[in-house]
Amino acid sequence: MATENHPVLITGIGLLSSHGEGPQAHLDAMAGGKPVNVDTERFAPYPVHALGEVDWSQQISRRDMRQMEPWQRIGTYAAGLALDDAGAKGDEDLCGRMDMIVAAGGGERDVEVDSSVMADARTANDREALLNERLSNDLRPTLFLAQLSNLLAGNISIVHKVTGSSRTFMGEEGAGISSIRTAFARVQSGQSDIVLVGGAFNGEREDMLLLFELGHYLTKDELLPVWSREGHTSGFAQGSIGAFVVLESAEHANKRGAKAYAQLDQVIGEHGRRKAGAGRARLNDAWNRMPNKDFDGVMSGATGASPCTATEASWLHDGLPDLPVRAFGSVFGHGVEAQFPLGIALAALSVHKGEMPPPFEAAERSAAKPATAILVTGMGHHRSEGLGVVTKLDDQGASR
Amino acid sequence: MSDYTDHLGRPIIAVTGLGVVSSLGKGKDENWEKLTAGTSGIHRIDRFSTDGLRTSVAGTVDFMELENHSAPALSLALARSAAREAVDQAAMDGETFPGPLFLAAPPVEMEWQHRFALDAEADEGEGYGRLLAAARKGDHTDLYEMLQFNWIADTLEEEFGTSGLPVSLSTACASGTTAVQMGVEAIRRGDATSALCVGTDGSVTTESLIRFSLLSALTTQNEDPTKAAKPFSKDRDGFVMAEGAGALVLESLESATARGANVLAIVRGCGEKADYFHRTRSSPDGSPVIAAVNRALEDAGVAVDEIDYINAHGTSTPENDRMEYNSLKAVFGDAIHSTPISSNKSMIGHTLTAAGAIEAVFSVLTLQNDLLPPTINYNNPDPDIPLDVVPEKAREAKVRNVLSNSFGFGGQNACLVLSDPNG
Repeated sequence: MATENHPVLITGIGLLSSHGEGPQAHLDAMAGGKPVNVDTERFAPYPVHALGEVDWSQQISRRDMRQMEPWQRIGTYAAGLALDDAGAKGDEDLCGRMDMIVAAGGGERDVEVDSSVMADARTANDREALLNERLSNDLRPTLFLAQLSNLLAGNISIVHKVTGSSRTFMGEEGAGISSIRTAFARVQSGQSDIVLVGGAFNGEREDMLLLFELGHYLTKDELLPVWSREGHTSGFAQGSIGAFVVLESAEHANKRGAKAYAQLDQVIGEHGRRKAGAGRARLNDAWNRMPNKDFDGVMSGATGASPCTATEASWLHDGLPDLPVRAFGSVFGHGVEAQFPLGIALAALSVHKGEMPPPFEAAERSAAKPATAILVTGMGHHRSEGLGVVTKLDDQGASR
Repeated sequence: MSDYTDHLGRPIIAVTGLGVVSSLGKGKDENWEKLTAGTSGIHRIDRFSTDGLRTSVAGTVDFMELENHSAPALSLALARSAAREAVDQAAMDGETFPGPLFLAAPPVEMEWQHRFALDAEADEGEGYGRLLAAARKGDHTDLYEMLQFNWIADTLEEEFGTSGLPVSLSTACASGTTAVQMGVEAIRRGDATSALCVGTDGSVTTESLIRFSLLSALTTQNEDPTKAAKPFSKDRDGFVMAEGAGALVLESLESATARGANVLAIVRGCGEKADYFHRTRSSPDGSPVIAAVNRALEDAGVAVDEIDYINAHGTSTPENDRMEYNSLKAVFGDAIHSTPISSNKSMIGHTLTAAGAIEAVFSVLTLQNDLLPPTINYNNPDPDIPLDVVPEKAREAKVRNVLSNSFGFGGQNACLVLSDPNG
């Protein structure tokens, strides 16, 4: 059955990262083109893009803060910024029918408890007995709730009263791609009028570093821009990132007088094993399914990991040789589930401003023309490929 | 409305394949036979020591053959078994399934066995620094893969050849229902003509048991494991953790008819509403649950008096069962007292992430067989929950429409209406 297509607008953006919060801070960050708040000491040899000072009370009450670990705070905060930006915050009726899709990983471990149990286990006669005793006594009940993947969405419901629906997607970068793709498809088909969608990642976590180091996917020691990483430095640097957008049908935005940054035109997700050039082949498949391929720039979610970063670089080079490409991981780090939503948000800010940011490193070329259509890529460090297209609004009356 | 579209002009969604694994056994036949005989799958945990723990019973699945046991490995094995059964029944291509995968999967985490092993590999440092040192040195590709959140979906996608980016999702104990709902939505909007919807959970571990225990969510009635889960009883005191998987092949009725598939049931409607009251508790007035039920009925175009049976969430926690009754009473009025409602969890326990999918499978079997599975262990009815819970014995009844409820931590509420294709 053919469904009528509703234009999908980006009417709210909520960003929190090492560069601070809000659209202007992130436009400035792109204009500067350099990472800030990089902590090379705390988790050495792994550099991380750390959050600066955040006045959490701007979005989250003290009471709710106590129930959350940092990844949930980052996400709940960024979601609040997006709702504020869309003029939806505090509108109980609107938030009560707003749909929500959150891309989430798992929550923080209590690193101290884990470490102490491991130390004791080295000399324990009966590890099972030790575990039963220590976990029963040392785990905080509330920590479990801070670990459940869907409790970021749960906290957003509690703090911001978004309750139309609530879905959490898991699965690294692919979760971010799926969440944007599903939210887009829902609005486009008329299944939703308005959706809050995004993800959050706390990059300042040892337990998370461990998960990725098991696959040798992390950059070490020196922090180089994404395309310049190779050998010892190939890999990604975890970045603390909260990235949410409000997607809304043009009719719905118009009816409530909301103005948009940009239009989301297309989102395609692919997935599969990456043996024998399959990752590149899937990027081609996704590309071939795009009806309109006239872009002014690429906002790349390239991670810096090997071999996917080189695959994407050569794919872009062969297919779009003249376009300015910006690997925003160089500036913000890698936010895994939050990375694709971040790319969509940065592309929306860029077409709204009308220009691609200056190059983040020598390998990136300068933009020759205004930015009216940007291709967003998301090639996961290990799996999942996604493409999105963000364009300037046709109807300038609907623009901010 | 045509033969292939519903009251809102959307494609009608057919169920053409079902698969299930629970502590009762593997496959629809064994599960249905035991479920309708009132057999309990709950037993004493022997996977790990429960010395000193408040709860020592669960509905673990111990008959899957795994090389190395872990929660993700078991969850994958359960999902694979259920999905294969469903795809076979649907007579679909089981290697290039013509649609997307929606997988409800438990949030995976590194387990203590992995931490201990890594800890032993390194000879320097403490805590996670030590584990990181071990990770840097060795080849842990297999562990890395298994601990990625998309690993189960990724492996299923590879095996079944589903199309596009598979969605791994979690809406806590409503996850299985959400997986079905997402399949329905994808077909309704024309993204696909079929979908493989799976819910799986094999995550009973020392730590997960302790965590739920610390939230006072689990029963501590350990004496007779088969009697521990007692939904709607006055002396219920918590749920029983359990494992299993359910899988459904969904298909547009048009596509199913065109290829001559056997239509087992129709997913007539879905409803959802989130709750902002509390992380683990429902709004006292039940309004989000009431809204989820109402939305499912509206979406299905079904009136309250057309619901012949309710597959309850019925976890056997004091709060859930009371809240579920109060909310249903608000929607159904006095009709709720004469509408049969039973809880599969009385026999298979609470399969968490998988529950909604397994209960959707059992709901379809209920429709197909016109037989209501019982609620067992109903010896001490809660007078505040006056429901016809189909106590102890399965009951024959003509069933046209089933309402299946799922609620989860984090304010998740989702409901399905499943219907007889000839009803």
